[in-house]
Amino acid sequence: MMSDRLTAELSELAVDAPHGLLPNVLVGTGIADGYVRRHSMLGDVLVAFGNKGVTALELAGDPGGFVTTYEDRYGRRAIAVDRMPPRIATHLDAAIAAGRPGRLPVDLDRLTPFQAAVLRTTAKIPRGEVRPYGWVAKEIGKPAAVRAVGTALATNPVPLIIPCHRVVRSDGTFGDYSLGDPENKRILLAAEGLDVSAFSNLAGRGVRFTGSDTTGIFCHPTCHRARRIGATHRVDFTSEQEARHAGYRPCLVCRPVAD
Amino acid sequence: MRTVTPSDLAAALATDLDGAFPDLVRETSAGVFSGALRLVGNRHDAEEIAQEAFLRAYRALQGYPTDRIRDMNPAAWVWTIAANLCRNHHRTRSRRPVTADLTVDPTDRSPGPEAEAIDRTQEERLAAELQRLTWPMRAAVVLHHVVGLPYEEVAAALGRPVGTVKADAHRGLARLRSRIEEVRP
Repeated sequence: MMSDRLTAELSELAVDAPHGLLPNVLVGTGIADGYVRRHSMLGDVLVAFGNKGVTALELAGDPGGFVTTYEDRYGRRAIAVDRMPPRIATHLDAAIAAGRPGRLPVDLDRLTPFQAAVLRTTAKIPRGEVRPYGWVAKEIGKPAAVRAVGTALATNPVPLIIPCHRVVRSDGTFGDYSLGDPENKRILLAAEGLDVSAFSNLAGRGVRFTGSDTTGIFCHPTCHRARRIGATHRVDFTSEQEARHAGYRPCLVCRPVAD
Repeated sequence: MRTVTPSDLAAALATDLDGAFPDLVRETSAGVFSGALRLVGNRHDAEEIAQEAFLRAYRALQGYPTDRIRDMNPAAWVWTIAANLCRNHHRTRSRRPVTADLTVDPTDRSPGPEAEAIDRTQEERLAAELQRLTWPMRAAVVLHHVVGLPYEEVAAALGRPVGTVKADAHRGLARLRSRIEEVRP
């Protein structure tokens, strides 16, 4: 075989592999998890995912720290990738913007069943509304586990997507937040249309539920139904018993009292 | 270019698939991507094919007994998968009627066909001429001369006898040579 100009030119047609190929293959095989950078209300975030869905979200300030924390938490390597599986790519930005998973797959299997239950319940809290820690505890059938609910939410691996910022203390203070500064919780809620100071005042005065004297139904004060009650028909309650004694029943939408 | 011998890599894959598979990808991805690029003619499809080839390779290795993995030449074996994907791509392409806009590479900023013929670098012209070869010739030329696989591995990857592959490569080269010489001053 003579080695000539043409064969030399052919060998020069070899190129480098695109940078994304190796990470995309490692994530596609499940050998490693991938992460991407996205925009959010609180600035850029890093979002990691594995085969079963999104696994982590953190502020983008420190990618090195993100990878280390990720490996400590899950025992898996997270590598930067430039593409996501279609089912994640399609729904990720919408989930971050809306503050709920929607159709985005979120992998809760790596968590304890308790934490997964807390997060699943939290994911149902509508945008612009808040619920106390105790409500989440009741909803998952562990009414005494209020502190454990707090811990589970403080270590929520996917804040913003699972809206732990919508769970607050029953006294109207906002409590800790798992994504950066605690003030971020207030910023997010205000951006979702919650009148943060009005809610704090109300809860600070001991009001836990709001009822309507036309329907005889009581709600969480931030339930979208409660917010439609006109000032003249609005009745505030400090406890479930007080509302029940007054002949009110709990709202079926916001479920102020778990059954 | 290979820093790990095929048998080292095979042994490593047999004992720790997840640990060694990234090395297989690192060792072979430039070759697989280059070959796919020159076989299908555009970067986007080539990247898809390379990625899919490695994913299939991984899934296949998961199911293989360790003895079988130990005995294989992993880099050459990946090419059996990649070559198949390229050929399938080629088949669907040739069955589908090619519309005018599909023939234009969007990254190609040259003004028109005539100017293109003059402006094109030798490299682009050669890459385009490869696309005009029949599949067997193109596959043999690309795998041997661009990727640098020995004829035995080319034959294994394409599932054809070594003699046939050699003949295809020679005929492909001759055809390229006559076409390139035509336009060369």
